[in-house]
Amino acid sequence: MAIDPHLADELKSQGVHVTSLEQLVNWGRSSSLWPLQFGLACCAIEMIAATMAKYDMARFGAEVFRPSPRQADLMLVAGTVTKKMAPQVVRLYNQMAEPKYVIAMGACAISGGPFKEGYNVLKGIDRFIPVDIVIPGCPPRPEALLEGLIQLREKISKEKLTGETRARHADPNGAASFPIPQYGPHDLTPVANPDIWKPMPLVRAEGGGE
Amino acid sequence: MKADPAAILEHLRTALPGTTLALRTNPGPSAQHSILVERESLVAVLQHLRDAMGFDMLSNVTGVDWPDPVKADSVAVVGEGGQVSHNEGFLEVIYHLFSTENRVGPLVVRARTADRGDGAHIPSAVPIFRSAEFQEREIYDLFGIRFMGHPDLRRILMWDEFVDHPMRKDYIAPDDYEYEPTPHGAVVEKAKAHYPAADSQATFSRASD
Repeated sequence: MAIDPHLADELKSQGVHVTSLEQLVNWGRSSSLWPLQFGLACCAIEMIAATMAKYDMARFGAEVFRPSPRQADLMLVAGTVTKKMAPQVVRLYNQMAEPKYVIAMGACAISGGPFKEGYNVLKGIDRFIPVDIVIPGCPPRPEALLEGLIQLREKISKEKLTGETRARHADPNGAASFPIPQYGPHDLTPVANPDIWKPMPLVRAEGGGE
Repeated sequence: MKADPAAILEHLRTALPGTTLALRTNPGPSAQHSILVERESLVAVLQHLRDAMGFDMLSNVTGVDWPDPVKADSVAVVGEGGQVSHNEGFLEVIYHLFSTENRVGPLVVRARTADRGDGAHIPSAVPIFRSAEFQEREIYDLFGIRFMGHPDLRRILMWDEFVDHPMRKDYIAPDDYEYEPTPHGAVVEKAKAHYPAADSQATFSRASD
């Protein structure tokens, strides 16, 4: 049942808070995101800087970096994901408890970045796990990470717990874990999870590209 | 202080008769000349450099793939000591030695494998410099040089199931092309192979779906 925002404001001024269960749950979730404590490359340095006094990620309730995936809500993929590391990242994601969110921080985690055509570089972690927020940059500044975190909080606060448009973690049929790629002779097998990685269809203009 | 490879070479010749050594001069502004050692005498030379000449630190070991031996010899001009002849390509290992005692370095020592085949090998420097262990594993992983006498020669960067050695010049990476906004050069050819052509003004555009 929707609450009339004007009525809610008026009640609030009288010291009465009116809310829905959904809003309350989402407020709790968005206000205490505990990230998984791991870094993959130079982006991790910016991530560490964001948690320190100057940028103070604690303002958003997200300073409690957990060394165990069982206690973490948020996976911050900060840095280049090598093909050797990718199965471990997916495994860590699978071990996290629902609800869980993923931020792909920096060009490498998004697409492979400057190392895209490298023989051991995964072209984006979104090939294997669902990414909620992408933060471009090489590396992104701590302000950009905080902006990404704010965007994620907004996303969580709009999540539906019931109905057709409910969040993945509220859906009994929603996937909680994703297949871990295997090491092949030259590349990971498969190179991407077709269930979640659907690149946009592209066509090439005749004679173009030079 | 910069090492003087020419003087060190003369010293090695008198101290270790029977070893085949050559000076490679670097014509570039750095003028970082190096000593080319036949692989059979590599261990003896490194041992002598460490024990008798004070080169107590091996700071770096790296590899180079030379599919074309002529190119290898044009980059580093033969100074003196004769040409080490190769008909086919070879793999080269480069050692950077420092002397913390005499504050000299780097001294660049090179050694070459006989060929670029699967059996390409060179003696390991680990018995003399323990610091070579991981770096030789890395060279084995990426270039495929076998270091004879290495205590634990396994892949270190790539996964164990990986075949081939990706830093070799003739390594062909799996064809897993993905859209790039501004392709050029060889990438354009890849893009043409992976994306169908269509009538459009833009170089690349999203299909209207």
